[in-house]
Amino acid sequence: MLAAAALLLQLLLLGAAGAGRPPAGRDALREELLLSPLPAGGLAATFQFRTRWDSAPQRGAVSHYRLFPKALGQLVSAQGVRELHLALTQGFWRTRAWGQPPLQAPAGAELWVWFQDTVADVDKAWKELSNILSGIFCASLNFIDSTNTVTPTASFKPLGLANGTDHHLLRYAVLPREIVCTENLTPWKKLLPCGSKAGLAVLLKAERLFHSSYHSQAVHIRPICRDASCLAISWELRQTLTVVFETFSSGQGKKDWSLFKMFSRTLTEACPLASQSKIYVDISAKDKEKELLEVTPSPASVHEAIVQGEKRTYAVYDLLSPSLFNTSRSLNVQLKWKRPQDSSELSTPVLHAQRYVSGYGLQTGEISTLIYNTHPYRAFPVILLETVPWYLRLYVHTLTIITKGKENKPSYIHYQPAQDRRRPHLLEMLIQLPANSVTKITIQFERALLKWTEYTPDPNHGFYVSPSVLSALVPSVVAMKEVDMEQSPLFTSLFPSSDGSSYFVRLYTEPLLVNLPTPDFSMPYNVICLTCTVVAVCYGSFYNLLTRTFHVEEPSRGGLAKRLANIIRKFRGVPPL
Amino acid sequence: MITDVLTAIALYLAIQDFNKVVFKKQKLLIELDKYAPDVAELIRTPMEMHYIPLKVALFYLLNPYTVMSCVAKSTCTINNTVIAFFILATIKGSAFLSAVFLALATYQSLYPLTLFAPALLYLLQRQFIPVKLKSKSFWLYTMQYAALYLCSLVVIICLSFFLLNSWDFIPSVYGFILSVPDLTPNIGLFWYFFAEMFEHFSLFFVCVFQINVFFYTIPLAVKLKEHPVFFMFIQIAIISIFKSYPTVGDIALYMAFLPVWSHLYRFLRNIFILSCVLIVCSLLFPVLWHLWIYAGSANSNFYYAITLTFNIGQILLISDYFYAFLRREYYLTHGLYLTRQDGTEAMLVLK
Repeated sequence: MLAAAALLLQLLLLGAAGAGRPPAGRDALREELLLSPLPAGGLAATFQFRTRWDSAPQRGAVSHYRLFPKALGQLVSAQGVRELHLALTQGFWRTRAWGQPPLQAPAGAELWVWFQDTVADVDKAWKELSNILSGIFCASLNFIDSTNTVTPTASFKPLGLANGTDHHLLRYAVLPREIVCTENLTPWKKLLPCGSKAGLAVLLKAERLFHSSYHSQAVHIRPICRDASCLAISWELRQTLTVVFETFSSGQGKKDWSLFKMFSRTLTEACPLASQSKIYVDISAKDKEKELLEVTPSPASVHEAIVQGEKRTYAVYDLLSPSLFNTSRSLNVQLKWKRPQDSSELSTPVLHAQRYVSGYGLQTGEISTLIYNTHPYRAFPVILLETVPWYLRLYVHTLTIITKGKENKPSYIHYQPAQDRRRPHLLEMLIQLPANSVTKITIQFERALLKWTEYTPDPNHGFYVSPSVLSALVPSVVAMKEVDMEQSPLFTSLFPSSDGSSYFVRLYTEPLLVNLPTPDFSMPYNVICLTCTVVAVCYGSFYNLLTRTFHVEEPSRGGLAKRLANIIRKFRGVPPL
Repeated sequence: MITDVLTAIALYLAIQDFNKVVFKKQKLLIELDKYAPDVAELIRTPMEMHYIPLKVALFYLLNPYTVMSCVAKSTCTINNTVIAFFILATIKGSAFLSAVFLALATYQSLYPLTLFAPALLYLLQRQFIPVKLKSKSFWLYTMQYAALYLCSLVVIICLSFFLLNSWDFIPSVYGFILSVPDLTPNIGLFWYFFAEMFEHFSLFFVCVFQINVFFYTIPLAVKLKEHPVFFMFIQIAIISIFKSYPTVGDIALYMAFLPVWSHLYRFLRNIFILSCVLIVCSLLFPVLWHLWIYAGSANSNFYYAITLTFNIGQILLISDYFYAFLRREYYLTHGLYLTRQDGTEAMLVLK
């Protein structure tokens, strides 16, 4: 209350004093690291850097950038972006083995943007935006064009403040072939206010991060309410990085983890520009008596929260508190397993899915998606978004959805057929998943033959089909209270929840690799020559028959050879030819 | 299947009428002494021509290509039916129906536009209007027929517009036929050619290939103006070989006409090898397709080679029949047993 009043007063003062001068926005940085052990023995580390900027980027005027990176601020104001979500991921989150992810991203690069309704030509702005982002992040986002961009109608609602949701202002594209490497991490780290010199970002060293089973870095920009009364808008930039370290040698059971072991660095100080810098370690145990993890050094406080429908306990280390670095100069959080985890404690996630392609030969095939609802008694709907490239011609009349042996009719279907070389197939469905069931969605397709220049340099590797997106409000086991968005740890606040009984989950399935029939790439000249020869055979025969007429053959005097032969014969005394 | 039966019936009736016309014309020419004295064995008798319509209908119905298109439920059979009705209407002499069916055929696949010339020539012949560029009645009749044809075409296209409420179907249908964007392998020559074409020359070669279908019309019209039905046969064959997406159903249509020219058998030069080539290629098509797409042990070149051979076989078949037709016409007017000036047996060459 007092903070809100102070903020309002400050704004008024600035407004009064700065007539004719653009107001300098206040910005705040919060950095958090969440370490959560995975049921199978690995460890997931999720970094989140939230920069909140209490000002609007001025279009055409000069804005003062302090913590909010100038590159992104100028991009947002120049292209009229309302929301931007970019994720670069390497690897696949195994939901069944690792549990529900805090924030999943599809393999490759994913970009989805909501534009302001003042933007006149959304496609042009989208093209420019993807090219600029490609330059900022050193990723091949310039390959995003109309053949892999879609406009979903139901799956991607705005995550920030929005007054209208005309889905024509939304664009979504995935590049499943994109590879993430150090080149993409470096510009991402440069956007952080402290860079990688202080705070939690010192742990982000490429040689350890890319030696992992899953690595995902994302940038999310969205407008949020400045305070509870929501009189003004702030811009929030979230940079998240999720990395999963797993035991690489099998049979060794659980390994003991420490920050140094994972990142080959320890923490020495918080980022001086940050207003909050915390580490959360997930020490929740199914049973209160039998604790699973022992964390050293002992945490200053323990925080309980309900995250994704389950009650979780977190050990909290506050890097800004002076008592943390009293005993030692550096902080190396160590986790030891107290007892081996037995398999009865592994909880299957409520919603998970898998997708595969079946069929034989290079002519036809079938895409099957299996969606599992493991909740014992609650049914809930899920929106499935599938984007299939134009060269796999889908036969929508073969779409079947079967649950528990019976046909399941979706309550909403939006299908946009592909146009050759212009746009991909888009299929969105709202499917009701009964409790404790498996739903199988199958659709058949035919493979097209492309022009030889349209194949990638390694055509027999295959063509990627982007992962399909499942968005659902999953009923939670434990009722969630209305939580304060600012204080709760990580990702409970990225997706706005309407009530406490369910939480929003967005899952991605595997990308598919499909082979297409290929022409012989060594043959262009040969093919042109041979086909033109066939056409010339026809032309030649018809020309002969059309322009020449029949004549009786006149006996010719003979060519030179014949005359010479006749001369020789005369000498020999033999009759002439 | 019903459309196949309708096509067969239409062809049967058409050829029946055509035979009557041929016989009448032959009789007229014999009475006018236009034929040479020793061509008695080339003159056709009603006895030998009696079973030709039935043979034509059976050739169409029992052709394996027709059966294959019927099993595949291809719309090619509807195309064939419309063209067969067009031929029937032309041979019966009804200009209006002929124009309507030709407009329907053009509306479906654009290439039957070239059949306007043979139909016009046949109708002029039937009306006893000589084909002279200075003749007023010639131009009058041509304008009438062209007007009928264009009006029916415009009516059909406008009906489509009112059905769809937009003109999008014109680039989607006719633009698709002319610009060949889809490269699914078929029995024609286009697909592999454009799959391997350099982007720079793509437009040029599309234009060349499309012009190739249309430009044989005028020379053939000049050469075959006395024999419009043979002209129609050659034209249908050229369309079905060089159209952008040929199917075996199109081949079945022109092959159905072969019994009509069975009297040319003695002048065909390569009929044995050509029929062997066609049969072997038809048998090899599915084998090499399977090897390429399913077994993975062959590549697209194998299937492409068979495409080339099959098309060469068809082209040589058509030119062989054309050669035989022209040769018979020469013999009819100049005599069958030709002798040179010194009395020895003469050879006939094209010069």
